[in-house]
Formats: sequence, C-alpha cells, structure tokens
Amino acid sequence: MEKRVIFRSWWLPYLLVAPQLAITIVFFFLPAGQAVWQSLLNQDPFGINVEFVGLDNFAMLMRDEHYLASFRVTAVFSVLVASFGLVISLILAVFADRALRGAGVYKMLLIWPYAVAHAVAAVLWLFLFNPTLGIVAHWIKGLGIAWDPLLDGTDAMILVVVAAVWNQISYNFLFFLAGLQSIPKSLIEAAAIDGAGPGRRFVTIVFPLLSPTTFFLLVVNIVYAFFNTFAIIDAATGGGPGQATEILVYKVYKDGFKALDLGSSAAQSVILMAIVIALTVVQFRYVERKVQY
Amino acid sequence: MAKVELRGVRKSYGPLEVIHGVDARVADGEFIVIVGPSGCGKSTLLRMVAGLETITVGEIAIGDAVVNEREPKDRDIAMVFQNYALYPHMSVYDNMAYGLRIRGMSKAEIDGRVKKAAGILELGPLLERKPRQLSGGQRQRVAMGRAIVREPKVFLFDEPLSNLDAKLRVQMRFEIQKLHRQLGTTSLYVTHDQVEAMTLAQRMIVMNAGRAEQIGTPMEVYEDPATQFVAGFIGSPSMNFLPGKGAGAGKIALEHGGIVHHAAGQVDTGRSVVVGIRPEHLVVADPADAFFAGTVELIEQLGADTLVHVAHGADSSIVRRPHGLQPEPGSTLHVSADPSSVFLFDAASGARLR
Repeated sequence: MEKRVIFRSWWLPYLLVAPQLAITIVFFFLPAGQAVWQSLLNQDPFGINVEFVGLDNFAMLMRDEHYLASFRVTAVFSVLVASFGLVISLILAVFADRALRGAGVYKMLLIWPYAVAHAVAAVLWLFLFNPTLGIVAHWIKGLGIAWDPLLDGTDAMILVVVAAVWNQISYNFLFFLAGLQSIPKSLIEAAAIDGAGPGRRFVTIVFPLLSPTTFFLLVVNIVYAFFNTFAIIDAATGGGPGQATEILVYKVYKDGFKALDLGSSAAQSVILMAIVIALTVVQFRYVERKVQY
Repeated sequence: MAKVELRGVRKSYGPLEVIHGVDARVADGEFIVIVGPSGCGKSTLLRMVAGLETITVGEIAIGDAVVNEREPKDRDIAMVFQNYALYPHMSVYDNMAYGLRIRGMSKAEIDGRVKKAAGILELGPLLERKPRQLSGGQRQRVAMGRAIVREPKVFLFDEPLSNLDAKLRVQMRFEIQKLHRQLGTTSLYVTHDQVEAMTLAQRMIVMNAGRAEQIGTPMEVYEDPATQFVAGFIGSPSMNFLPGKGAGAGKIALEHGGIVHHAAGQVDTGRSVVVGIRPEHLVVADPADAFFAGTVELIEQLGADTLVHVAHGADSSIVRRPHGLQPEPGSTLHVSADPSSVFLFDAASGARLR
C-alpha cells in the first residue's frame, strides 16, 4: 500500500518542500541556466563587451587540441580510478566478509579514509610521493625506478590516481560488503555441495549476485572521477606537469577563473553537465531494473 | 546409494557442546527422519553429514568411507535447504545443471538428466523461468530437482517443507514419499514437525538437547517411547502427564487424587513418578472404575474427533472422544484407561519405567 498523507490546506505541502526547492533552484538551476546562457556568449574578463556567438564556443572547443587532450586525460584517469577503486575494494570486502576475528576493527580502519577531505588526502600522498621527502618515493627509487611526479606526466597521473582511489575505496568497500552480506549463506553452501570451489563460487554465484552493486558503484565512481576529484588534482598537481593531469572539470576552472575565458569555460561546463545527465539516466534506467532478480 | 553411519558424533562451539554423542546407523536406501524441537541440534547434525560443519569428536561414514576430512563436494551427497537456496540469477534449467557442469559432464548427458528430473517433478514447462517467477511449491520442486540430477549416494533434507502452507505441505510430503519409492536413495530428513516425521519416516531419530533420545520406526516410537520427552513430543495432541507416587502393586496414587492402574513393573511405594496416558487412550468410565474425576473445562471440536480438556487439581488432561459424544463444560467427567496403555516415567530423569 502506498502511504498517502492528506493535508488540510493546499499551501502547506508547497511550504514544506519550499526550502528544498529554493536550494535546488538557487544553487543548481540558476547557475546551470547561466552556464548554458554564457556558453553562447563571448565576453571580456570584466563583462564590458558581450557578444552573442551562438555555438561558436562549442565549435572552437571541438577544434582545440588542448581540450581534446583533456578529454583523453579524463578518460584515462576515470577508467583507472574506477577500475582500481572497484577491484581493490571488492578484494578488501571479500576478506572482511570472511574475517572471523577482529572484523569490526578491520571494517572501521577501512572506512577511515572516507573521512579524510580530498585536499588533505592529496597533500598526504603528495608528501609520501615527494621525490626528496617522501618515503614511498624513497622505496620506489630503492627499486631503481626513476620517480618524479613534478616533472613526469605518467608519475603525476599515478600520484593523483592513487590519492583518488585511496579516498574512494571506503565508500566502495561499504557497498560491496553490504552486498556480500546480503547473499544468503545457504546459496554458497549449496554451491559448495554442488562441487564448486571457492574461486568458482565467487565467479559463478557471488559476482553475478553482486552485479547490481557493481554497476551502481561503477557509475558512482565514474562520476566521482569526473567531478569530485577536483580538490585532489588542484592540491596535488594543479593539472600539471604540462597538461598531464588536467581533467575536464579542472580545465573548466582553469579556463574560467585563471584564463578568464568565460564563454569557453561555460561551454565546457555544459558539456560536462550533459555527460553527468547521461550517466544518471543510464544509472536509473539500467540499475533500477537490474537490482531485482 | 549407500549406508550412513554416525559413531559417537559430538559438536562443540568453543567450550559449548551442542551435540553430546550421537550413534546411528542408516541402512542403504532407508528414509530416516531426524525430529526434535528447535535448538535440539538436528540441523547441526545434518550439516555435519553434509560437511558444512566440522565434526568435533566421532566419525561419520558414508558408504564404507569415513568422510570427516572430506569437503562437501567429495561426499557425494545432495542437500535440499529450508529456503531452497536456488541461484536467483539462473534459470531453473541452469540451477539443476550447475552441479553437473562443474563435474564436467557432457552436454547431452546433462540435458538428459535435467529433462528426466524435470519429468519426474513436472517442471518441464518451467525450465526457462527464473526462481523469482515460481511459486513456493515450484521452488521446492526445483530444489529437489537439483538434488535428484546429481544422483548422489545420500539425500539430505533440512526442513524442506516448513516454508510452505499447510495444504502444499501435505502434497509435497506425498511427493517426497513417492520420489523415495521411485529412486530408493538413502535419505536423511530433518524436521520439527512430528506429523511429517511420523508420515515420512521409515525410522526416526528423536532428538532433544543434543542427544538422540530414541531411534526406531514411527510406530515403535509411538507405542513404546523411551523417555518422557519422546512420549510428549510424538503424538498429537501430546500425551497427558500426571505426577504421582507408587502405591503398591500396579497402582500409582496421583498427586491430585485418584489411583491409576498400570501394567509396568514394580514401582516402590512412595517413589515419585510421572504417569503418561495418551488422549486417545483415555476413556469415560463409571465412577467406581475411574482413575480420577475432573471438571470439563473446554471442548475443541475437530470434526471427526472432539478433544475434551479435563481439569484435575492443578493438572489438565485431554480426552480424545469420537464426534458426537460431548459432555457439558463444567460437568464432572470420570476417566480411566487400559492399564497396558499407561506409561510410567521417572519423575527426576524422565526415563521410562517398564
């Protein structure tokens, strides 16, 4: 049965949702609308000269080598963050699910990184990987590998991926653990009696039953890599060296606030908006349907 | 097919022992029901046979081989779980074929076996469905199908019918019996339902608090219970128990007045005993011949029978009477029984006095 509340006056329900609506409108719809409008304009940094240019900003972006490079960086970055983030947290969750003693402590320790702010996490890893000060950098050099994230683009990418993954593992871990624990034990036992060893049970029973969780996390992690890692990039590398870690959302900020090219920055935001809308639609369409089995 | 032997099987979780040494022999092709109240260790015992629980002390042998150290998959058993444990993401066909594929059987043979089992269980039209699209009874049948296709030495059933409604349960009980007659596979069946136990078992193991209190055919257990617990657990409505003391040859003086005549051996005068008489053995008698008199408290009409609850001091007894003969509530009823149907139990240990 659907639960329905009957209000005596017509305005009360509107009043009750008004604060949430106001926040959504002021902080989401208005800026989004403004971004769309600005993406069609060309204006100087002080807003004195404004010219309507239609889709010129978008057309220019499509020809801009730097923008396309940023797309590639974002693709590499999000694939790495999502895949490492999911695989590592799944492995950790499987172990946590099996742990008999100290499971509580183990879980708590794994959840901690989520409480660390992105910028703090970035600085933490920046120090650990710092070529002169960092202990991890020291170990890497001990292995005879040249390491300098300040000069080498690949090293910088590794650094931000590690920081981003480390920050996100807790979240993925919690969902995977909940997913694992919701699989009835008797299913695993039935598979064991049917002759499947632990590896086979994981591949044929556990993983398929986790697939709704995995898909949900995949979308969440891609969105995370696309947008929420801004602070990590900003604090750790500032998009550099060169353009090696300049992901789309960071380029929006750089072009808009540092280069003061408002039209191009707005056009980039609109493209990002389209991407996140598409991801959300996929998530709702696909995940909602697949969760039931 | 194979025999199953339990030799001095014990199970402890840390310092807590939950099964205190069970010995049982299951003959080849026999249908054994393990019955007892919840928490008596019957499911644990079954899971030890399956290899899902380790055996702390003792041995379990399937066929001639001791299987203590074997993994479940190497014991050649199949199990039907209470919640069916069907793989939700696989079709009925794949659910049944899963174990066979793992064993590397050829496609043709798998197909043959699944189709055959589907035929026996009337699952043919459902093979492509997912478990969520099936009713409770159909899921139950798929779970059995998954066990059958493996053609194991032993079937293990862990309360397979307790999630079904009453009508379906009776029907599935019949089907399980039919199936066993058809396949003749050694079966161990756990249930808390004494009616299921009575109707399905060739022999039953009545368990209580981690001990096998009695092992025997349903009729042996009903007619000759070894302990007060077994006497009370088997039979519905359960046996009436009345405390009393030995009062000379063949007589027990009830605590709340009345004398019961029994055919058991010598009971020392003054010894505390519990008298057990089944509701169906209590009869209405002349005041002169009655064991005791009581007040009619409540009458339950079941259709064919009527259950008359008779208060007698602090005790209450049930008298089972044929339909139509019913006294008024509040009236006095004099009851008696054939001395040969009177059981005596030690008041302290619950052991049967013969």
